[in-house]
Amino acid sequence: MSGPSSYQPQNAFLKWFEARLPIIGLVHSSFVAYPTPKNLNYWWTFGGILSFMLGVQIITGIVLVMHYTPHVDMAFDSVEHLMRDVNYGWLLRYLHSNGASMFFVAVYIHMFRGLYYGSYKEPREVLWILGVIIYLLMMATGFLGYTLPWGQMSFWGATVITNFFSAIPIVGETVVTWLWGGYAIGNPTLQRFFSLHYLLPFVIAGVVVLHVWALHVAGQGNPTGVEPKSSQDTVPFTPYATVKDSFMMVVFCIVFAWFVFYVPNYLGHADNYIPANPGVTPMHIVPEWYYLPFYAILRSIPDKLAGVIAMFSSILILVFLPWLDTSKVRSASYRPLYRVFFWIFVAACLGLGYLGSQAPEGIYVIAARILTAYYFIHFIIITPLLGLIETPKPLPNSISESVLKRSGAVAALLALLVGGATFLGSTPSALAQEKQEIHETPIPPRNTWSFAGPFGKFDQQQLQRGFKVYKEVCSTCHGLKFLSFRNLAEAGGPGFTEAQAAAIAADFKVQDGPNDQGDMFERDGRVGDAFPPPTTWKNEAQARQLYSGTVPPDMSVLAKARTYERGFPWFLLDIFTQFQEEGVDYIVALMKGYEPAPAGFTLPAGGNYNKYFPSNSIAMPPPLTDGLVDYTDGTKSTIEQQAKDVAAFLAWAAEPHMEARKRIGFQVMVFLVIFAGLMYFTKKKVWADVHGHA
Amino acid sequence: MSSAEPSRRDFLYIATGTVGAVGAAAVAWPLISQMNPDASTIAAGAPIDVDLGPIAEGQVIKVFWRSKPIFISHRTKKEIDEAKNVNVASLPDPQPDSARVKEGHDQWLVVIGICTHLGCIPLAHQGNYDGWFCPCHGSQYDSSGRIRQGPAPANLYIPPYAFLSDTKIRIG
Repeated sequence: MSGPSSYQPQNAFLKWFEARLPIIGLVHSSFVAYPTPKNLNYWWTFGGILSFMLGVQIITGIVLVMHYTPHVDMAFDSVEHLMRDVNYGWLLRYLHSNGASMFFVAVYIHMFRGLYYGSYKEPREVLWILGVIIYLLMMATGFLGYTLPWGQMSFWGATVITNFFSAIPIVGETVVTWLWGGYAIGNPTLQRFFSLHYLLPFVIAGVVVLHVWALHVAGQGNPTGVEPKSSQDTVPFTPYATVKDSFMMVVFCIVFAWFVFYVPNYLGHADNYIPANPGVTPMHIVPEWYYLPFYAILRSIPDKLAGVIAMFSSILILVFLPWLDTSKVRSASYRPLYRVFFWIFVAACLGLGYLGSQAPEGIYVIAARILTAYYFIHFIIITPLLGLIETPKPLPNSISESVLKRSGAVAALLALLVGGATFLGSTPSALAQEKQEIHETPIPPRNTWSFAGPFGKFDQQQLQRGFKVYKEVCSTCHGLKFLSFRNLAEAGGPGFTEAQAAAIAADFKVQDGPNDQGDMFERDGRVGDAFPPPTTWKNEAQARQLYSGTVPPDMSVLAKARTYERGFPWFLLDIFTQFQEEGVDYIVALMKGYEPAPAGFTLPAGGNYNKYFPSNSIAMPPPLTDGLVDYTDGTKSTIEQQAKDVAAFLAWAAEPHMEARKRIGFQVMVFLVIFAGLMYFTKKKVWADVHGHA
Repeated sequence: MSSAEPSRRDFLYIATGTVGAVGAAAVAWPLISQMNPDASTIAAGAPIDVDLGPIAEGQVIKVFWRSKPIFISHRTKKEIDEAKNVNVASLPDPQPDSARVKEGHDQWLVVIGICTHLGCIPLAHQGNYDGWFCPCHGSQYDSSGRIRQGPAPANLYIPPYAFLSDTKIRIG
């Protein structure tokens, strides 16, 4: 980017244009001719992946905004509308929500790569600080975005995060009220968060330009930490880096697609499928996984202001890292002591992340305090000290001399996996004892579902039976407002014919109007109508009066809005086994979980004892009895059968495009694997001559 | 790249590029398709029934189908005669009145109430032809909804509809 470009256009028009706006020359010198060290390993491809993910987030985000309504009364519904009715809406939303997580996965790898190879050291301090700014902007953007679906976690996450600012002495409350635009989180808050969530990605893009600019001034670092000395040490960015980055992008897309198509809600929270309720806080309020280490730091400090300061300091301390690190050697490959402490630090961050997800009780608090202290000790004491006491290994004279060390990246990846696994393996098992006591309710037993796994499909007969259970039993108290009768005849559903769906609709009474006299009136349902609200209660106030202070939840997304804690190591294995039927299993368990209250348990008035319900006291009386629903397909109508059938029906109701999702997912996976293979061989071909000379 | 003698390397590059291009095109489709009417919009476009009973002779009512205004005109004898006694060949968009109403229901004209010029809504019982006058750019339609004067290129469009009985129609 410095000095005139080497780009010499041949075409007369391009010459004319270049003399007036040398933009092609700029691109050419930055992304084509730009010399890149030839010994970069795959950890260096994450910068490109991050740019790609920023693009994915901006494009999918712009599309989501076309269907989203930033209003407290409509936000949740508009997201469900997007998921159900908009063409590929489910895909676009899952790309965006999982894309945020993938963005953070990539940024953490990118940052730890910088820490390992000393990428922040002179002359790259400004480059590093710009990176920290991008990271902070990403955190803000991610948080703002998570509030937009206006579920329970959105609302309470927003409440907790904005309350950070209430820790500021004297003006804290004023600042928080200003942030909210009211006396609590409300519609003004949602609207300004929406506005800022749209703005910040473009600010990020701007800072990314500065980041890349600074990178191209200082030149890229490399695994040896020795600056390139001659053109022998570098290769042109295109095609070498371009093809290598592209190959890794495709590999990264495989991971991304796995989450999007097979476990799209794994990284979210079930509670966020419950519409925001300013009167009830979720049992465990936990931020998105990418904030967990900082959340653990916040909670480990018993003082409000000090906790908030510690949390912000834990990020801002990165700004000072270039001056905290006293070692003249950049790469950890030549720093035997630092390398050890680097991996300890990685483990400490993973540990903080795990602790951030756990309830702040007992030994978890102590462990979090130890790791918080260690986090700061790493930067303030260990890092400066190591540079003074460590004897680095001799550095190679040049990049070319160092020869490519293929084993480096693989060893690091292995160490990360082993380190992470042993840490996660050791800590929680020591805490298992404690955990047993925290659990008040048993784990719902697992059922086998036809719709589980990568090729799962709904059992149409089961969905039809389940619908019968819903209609004859549940629908008197529970709504199904995000479903329309037409959905019953849609592909991937219960498989009713159009005529059957119309007949079912005609069985329901729907309010319409006003008519010419100005009155509302009731008429038979039509296929285009949504399921009408329950008939036993008119509004929430009446429901609370009737049902001991509770409101029977709408069942449209219930199967996604319920879960139970999976515990270690299942929560990790679930990614690979694609287990995501916690909610469905819970519903079955709840239907069967009615028992006489055990001795010593005082059942509140209007409560029924249920061993799977979180407080064990549920307002709903046992809804199912053997033979209650008359099955016409010969299936025996037991409680167990009815429970499973209605749970399967609700699984479909919550995710009506699941079959399409898994089908497209398989096609995408096959495509990506083939494409990755082709990219790999293309990359090998392109690099063949470089590796030959080296 | 010499096409005369393709090497294995060329083949690999072309194959990779092609697969990449196919992938990019496949990704573009959902981004384009999402802007089409969604399932709820399509469901809301279902046919509607309109009771003609309360519409007095000489009255024009407006109902909505697929978010479009539909004019239903209960034509008078005079309006029907005017519509029929026009030299069809002299019209900008020649169409006999019989092609614009259902046989045996001459008194009922059902048209989409959107000016064929640039989408404004013409006003009933205005203009020189006992029909509609569009306030935007001055197009005038006659009692059969045909363009007679002004910039509009075509007659008012007829929506799909059928008589369920003498006093009830289904639009759509």
